[in-house]
Amino acid sequence: MNITRSGRVATIVAASAITALALAGCASNESNPTKSPSNLSGTFAGAGSSAQGSAQEAWIAAFQTDNPKVTISYDPAGSGAGREQFIAGGVAFAGSDSYLSDEELAKTFAACAPGTKPFEVPNYISPIAVIFNVEGVTELNLDATVLADIFSGKITKWNDAAIAALNSGVTLPDLAITAVHRSDDSGTTKNFTDYLNKVAPDAWTNAAAGVFPFTSGEGANGTSGLVDAVKNGKGTIGYADLSKAGGLSVAKIKVGDTFVAPTEKGASTAVASATVVEGRDASDLAFKIDRNLTDPNAYPLILVSYLIGCQQYADPSIGELVKAYAGYIVSEAGQAAGAAAVGLAPLTAELSKQASDIIAAIK
Amino acid sequence: MTDLTYSRHRRSVRRTVVDRLMRVLVILAFVIALVPLVSLVAMTIAKGLNRFDGEFFSSSMRNIVGAGGGGLHALVGTLEVTLAAAIISIPIGIMTAIYLVEYGRGRLAKSITFLIDVMTGIPSIVAGLFAFALFALFFGPGIRFGLGGAIALSLLMIPVVVRSTEEMLRIVPNSLREASYALGVPKWLTIVKVVLPTSIGGIITGVVIAIARVIGETAPLLIIAGLSTSLNYDLFHDRMTTLPVFVYTQYTNQGADAQAYIDRAWTGALVLMLLVIALNIIARVLAKVLSPKGAR
Amino acid sequence: MSATNAVVRRGDRVFSGFAYGSGIAILVVLAAVAVFLIAQSLPAVTATPSQVNQGGMSFWEYLLPLTFGTIWAAALSLIFAVPLSLGIALFISHYAPRRLAGVLGNVVDLLAAVPSVVYGLWGITVLAPSIQPIYEWMTVNLGWIPFFSGPVSGTGRTILTVAIVLAVMIIPIISALCREVFLQTPRLNEEAALALGATKWEMVRMAVLPFGRAGIVSAVMLGLGRALGETMAVAMVLSPSVIISFFLLRSENPTTIAANIALNFPEAHDIGVNILIATGLLLFIITLVINGIARLIISKRAAFSGANS
Repeated sequence: MNITRSGRVATIVAASAITALALAGCASNESNPTKSPSNLSGTFAGAGSSAQGSAQEAWIAAFQTDNPKVTISYDPAGSGAGREQFIAGGVAFAGSDSYLSDEELAKTFAACAPGTKPFEVPNYISPIAVIFNVEGVTELNLDATVLADIFSGKITKWNDAAIAALNSGVTLPDLAITAVHRSDDSGTTKNFTDYLNKVAPDAWTNAAAGVFPFTSGEGANGTSGLVDAVKNGKGTIGYADLSKAGGLSVAKIKVGDTFVAPTEKGASTAVASATVVEGRDASDLAFKIDRNLTDPNAYPLILVSYLIGCQQYADPSIGELVKAYAGYIVSEAGQAAGAAAVGLAPLTAELSKQASDIIAAIK
Repeated sequence: MTDLTYSRHRRSVRRTVVDRLMRVLVILAFVIALVPLVSLVAMTIAKGLNRFDGEFFSSSMRNIVGAGGGGLHALVGTLEVTLAAAIISIPIGIMTAIYLVEYGRGRLAKSITFLIDVMTGIPSIVAGLFAFALFALFFGPGIRFGLGGAIALSLLMIPVVVRSTEEMLRIVPNSLREASYALGVPKWLTIVKVVLPTSIGGIITGVVIAIARVIGETAPLLIIAGLSTSLNYDLFHDRMTTLPVFVYTQYTNQGADAQAYIDRAWTGALVLMLLVIALNIIARVLAKVLSPKGAR
Repeated sequence: MSATNAVVRRGDRVFSGFAYGSGIAILVVLAAVAVFLIAQSLPAVTATPSQVNQGGMSFWEYLLPLTFGTIWAAALSLIFAVPLSLGIALFISHYAPRRLAGVLGNVVDLLAAVPSVVYGLWGITVLAPSIQPIYEWMTVNLGWIPFFSGPVSGTGRTILTVAIVLAVMIIPIISALCREVFLQTPRLNEEAALALGATKWEMVRMAVLPFGRAGIVSAVMLGLGRALGETMAVAMVLSPSVIISFFLLRSENPTTIAANIALNFPEAHDIGVNILIATGLLLFIITLVINGIARLIISKRAAFSGANS
């Protein structure tokens, strides 16, 4: 009896071993092409902004196709986490929705050669769309004051007089507003609250912050969580990258005297009139965005996200890889690929050149 | 007299009514509870079948943007991490149970029993935090690797294995042990040759159920195993995606073509559910096949 | 003879040493977990409100709503789960036809093992949107009950939805345990009750439920423990805020410790990590207490009922 039992155990073990072997094949999409166009090889990781997440996905896909021996992973854990992991040397580059603070710049960067500082270039610019889901309403005009009142919970009904005043001719329903904000610490929230604070300082007194400052309204995790909440809800309004707005209605916001819909072109125009933050290295392209633009071609509610890496890496082989990858991202080809895949606003030719020059100097 | 019959009659009517009512309530409770459970299973199957295809099982997410791709890397990651967790937990768990049942006396055994109880209460996310902090101490805060996930999972798995094994060992009749000692067989051989084989069916069932319990863990792996889009067979280096993390990230990091991501998430969920069900069925079959005839 | 004896003794020593070592390993691991949790939590006590980053809350003010939310969500889920689980357990153990009962028992056991991420996915994509109109109706027609007062959340991602998802998760666990307990009711007691002319319900009330009372309580406690520590399902479904609120249908809902850690850990820096780990320690203590109570009840039952002999 004992023998037959151990015999059965053996059969079971053998069967599971065969199953394991069958799984140990190669993923069909990972088989290497016969001729290899590049001899770069190695593995490195980045982390940071979840807004950049799907753009990074597209860039990694394109870059790995051209350089099959390179494996890049990007963890869209959030800007703060990305910066922290980069400073601590956990990842080779970070994607961040806000540039490094002076405080962070003063720290030691573990992945970089001793004594060297990081570079920062904008690599992902996207208009932030105010999305809403109200039955029977497809067009909506809003200004910063009304937006601030909606998100701070002062305006609670869609047919509020303040909203109606901006939307003559639109029938607004008697429906409660569910304002959805990001429950996680996010660059999108930081840029959105910065916009409200700069343009409507009386209605929105809180300074720009990655964590939404009120406990009122509905929280949702991540861009997708927010978009899903708006999409599946009733009388909902929220803010997200234009590329993620999906089939939802998008509000126009007041710029100067006109109402402007978010477009990639409007975002690029707004960046063109931004100024570089003073007192930093030449390789630090951090921008201060003017939210109070009056140019009707510009859309100042934008998110500028940065690529952060070392000017000189402690490990030169990583430096070579990052240089090639970052160079691709800010190149016109890379930006065009990003625009096609996720609808980012491509860097202007001038900015792309500036960024490429900085990256070409990476060691 | 008539009064009495009347009241007795009335009481029995009341009792019958109460009985009927409770029967209806019990069945109703059952049916109500069935609605969400059936909906859950039906949705997972219906939505999961959209991408339940060859490509899902033959490709990873490397170089995939939008539609296509699959969860092979996550499936491999899940199997490897869970297997590693099992390899760590099963010997420790079974040996601890043997210690408690066959050797343990006094304060040490009591405190171990108590600590096993404590361990059952560790929330899974705390296990992940522990593994992360442990390895971050040695390798820096960027550390993400499969084995770390396995260690977090073993923290959750060991108490389950100890508990079920302990229970199985305790029901082995003492007369069997005494008979073996009487024949001059040393204690350890008695345990290996007599006690363990007698209870092997129950022990394996417990182990398989413990595996099923941890295979679906998301939170600790999110923290310590990280995620990657490529296949990674190496438990010791680089990030490793597991199925639950795959489902979670596909849902939370949807790209421009959101539906493709949601479809993959549901298919991942379906595969995960099938794995768990398969493990449970295996546990049942093993329990039947391996338990000695006559017992149970 | 003496040679084999030595071998035997060495075998004994190695084997018992290994068993002993495993027991010690558990001591060491748990000591490590405890030391790490406490050591990592201590810095959080000194955190300033700006480091807590929740609109000027101090560390202790931050813990309170999280503790409340954790217990509140779990308690709400029990309100749904306990009666339904008892119903299922009784149905399978005493009401359903025998063959059907066997199949149903197996199905319930399988559902107990469904990963929580699947429940989360179901909760957010299926349950929340389909239950929102009911919430809307409730605020309009039952709004005079304070718990149900509006304004209603437009998405259905409220604490009540979370409680339902948690209930669906723990129903299989509680009912599986209760069913086992009910099936152990001595047949003699049941038959005696029936012989005295009791109806089926009276038999259940007089023989089955009293016998299983301790078992029911411990099953409920275990379900409660699971609900308290549940992470992903809450993180995926709830619209979270760090507040104390008893309203069930509004957008602002108290969040739970586990979900709060999962959502904020990726973004946490420096002392933020310590704060989250301190909340983890708190959760650990809460679950420990609950499990402790459950164990106490189980051991009492084992001592006083003769059923296990």
